Amino acid sequence: MLDGLAGKYRLIGPVRRKGQGAFSDTDVIGYGEFTSAEQLELHEKSYFSPKEFIFPIRETLFRFSGKQAEVPAEDERIMILFLRPCDINGIKRLDAIFIDNGGEQDFYYRRLREKVKFFMIECREEFNSCFCVSMNSNRTDDYSCALRFSDNTVLADLRDLEFADAFSGGEESPFTPEFVQENRIKVNVPPPEKIDYPALFEHPLWKEYTSRCIACGRCNTSCITCSCFSMQDVQYDRNGMLGERRRVWDGCHINGFTSMAGGHSFRSKNGDRMRFKTMHKINDFYRRFGFHMCVGCGRCDDVCPEYISFSACINKLNRIVGEAGNEK
Amino acid sequence: MKNNPYLPFPSKIIAVKQQTAIDWTFRFESGVTPVPGQFMEISIPGIGEAPISISDFGSGWIEMTIRKVGRLTNAVFELKPGAILYMRGPYGNGFDLERCCGKNLLIVAGGTGLAPVKSVISHFCRHRGSIQGFELIIGFKTPSDILFHDEIEEWRKTAGVILTVDHGDDAWHGCTGVVTRYIDDFEFHPGITEAIIVGPPLMMKFSALSLLQRGVPEERIVVSFERKMSCGIGKCGHCKIDNTYICLEGPVFEYSKARQLLD
Repeated sequence: MLDGLAGKYRLIGPVRRKGQGAFSDTDVIGYGEFTSAEQLELHEKSYFSPKEFIFPIRETLFRFSGKQAEVPAEDERIMILFLRPCDINGIKRLDAIFIDNGGEQDFYYRRLREKVKFFMIECREEFNSCFCVSMNSNRTDDYSCALRFSDNTVLADLRDLEFADAFSGGEESPFTPEFVQENRIKVNVPPPEKIDYPALFEHPLWKEYTSRCIACGRCNTSCITCSCFSMQDVQYDRNGMLGERRRVWDGCHINGFTSMAGGHSFRSKNGDRMRFKTMHKINDFYRRFGFHMCVGCGRCDDVCPEYISFSACINKLNRIVGEAGNEK
Repeated sequence: MKNNPYLPFPSKIIAVKQQTAIDWTFRFESGVTPVPGQFMEISIPGIGEAPISISDFGSGWIEMTIRKVGRLTNAVFELKPGAILYMRGPYGNGFDLERCCGKNLLIVAGGTGLAPVKSVISHFCRHRGSIQGFELIIGFKTPSDILFHDEIEEWRKTAGVILTVDHGDDAWHGCTGVVTRYIDDFEFHPGITEAIIVGPPLMMKFSALSLLQRGVPEERIVVSFERKMSCGIGKCGHCKIDNTYICLEGPVFEYSKARQLLD
């Protein structure tokens, strides 16, 4: 089935990169192009999310050649992303920022996004650190095809008939994808309207994170929904004004995120950055768009070198908000 | 590529005027018609891009008063009239001039904060009849930091101007001390005053507190924010405070909103 697709489409899914992990003899699982189903890693959670295929880590916006700004051509092929429900829901969050926010659409995001089709990897059993059910992102019906991989067979719920040819060799069989029903980790997000922002701002909770977080930004880079970026210019030739402008991923935990020319910056304490991120993921984004930004994939917990747990942070916050409510 | 908001357009420098050693005013050929208080993303290919407020504009030109403090602005200072710079915009909401009409207008500006309100001042100097009282309190660190010398003298003909420096020198015979000192001693009618405050965060905070104490209601005080930005269109995330994007909903805010924007 996949062999038929591989020639015509770019297939992108979770793949194991042997020996590429942070420590010797360890692998890392990330999203990459593949050509046959054997290359897919379906038994472990990926360390990185698929977002880099719609929102590249480094993306050239244009090249200056003398007096002309030239926008690089894009890969015309349709991209099939093999991903789990939480990540499909995560991409909805990226859509909210890049397409909807501010009234102006992001040209580069949109042109990649229009080429993306979702092939959902059915996800019936959670991994460690997942809390998708609490974030209401464990299920979706937004896919071209849903796939259940078992030892020798693949069951497919095909919705987009563009891909019908690839499935023509298979037998018809009833299949409705199932979703994770319950996670071991449950979070209770404090109701957005209950947050007393100035009081919470000063809460000692954030001090704990000032002492623990080292501002490495892994939580930002592994997150399917973190969408922040910075501009970066590269110079080829000073005199002719030759060069290129790129955008590169940035994140609210990373040093320099708020630094302005002249030296002024905001949120110098890492705990304040944790507060900023937490409120964005489970509070202010919700107030803007009507759904939470965080999808509960738990990757930030998996990758944090200081073992900071975001789900634990949300629950702590909820207790604090609850206690404050009782006192009133 | 018409719908690509990141593509800048070239703009020719027509004139450069030195205000202080590190603050120069660049006049660009431009068909942009901004609202006072808006900003542009200006750039030099290969060097970088930064948001800069528009300090004044007229038919066929805009001006930006730029401080030499970083990678991009260092390079901008090497450009001579006739050279090309790239820009996109204008962005942000800008000042609502309508709300000042018929009122007493008080503008409190500190340092480079004078740049984004300069076009407001120019506007009401030209349309003096549309407002009642017109008072400016302008502060700088030292006499050598004073921007728009000539214009300030010109404004004295139409508006009440208090020009103060934090630290004077032997040649300085004007006012000294921070702007809040002059807000406290100032004769004005809080009930019909619209106030605009622009400057460093602490200066804006204490100026607003002084005005509140003098009886100006917080919904009649506006301030303008400054933040790092990479896009100007609500995507890059740098300027967000809580649920507010400074580039989209700002940089100008009523104080009642601004005081809730904790960062």
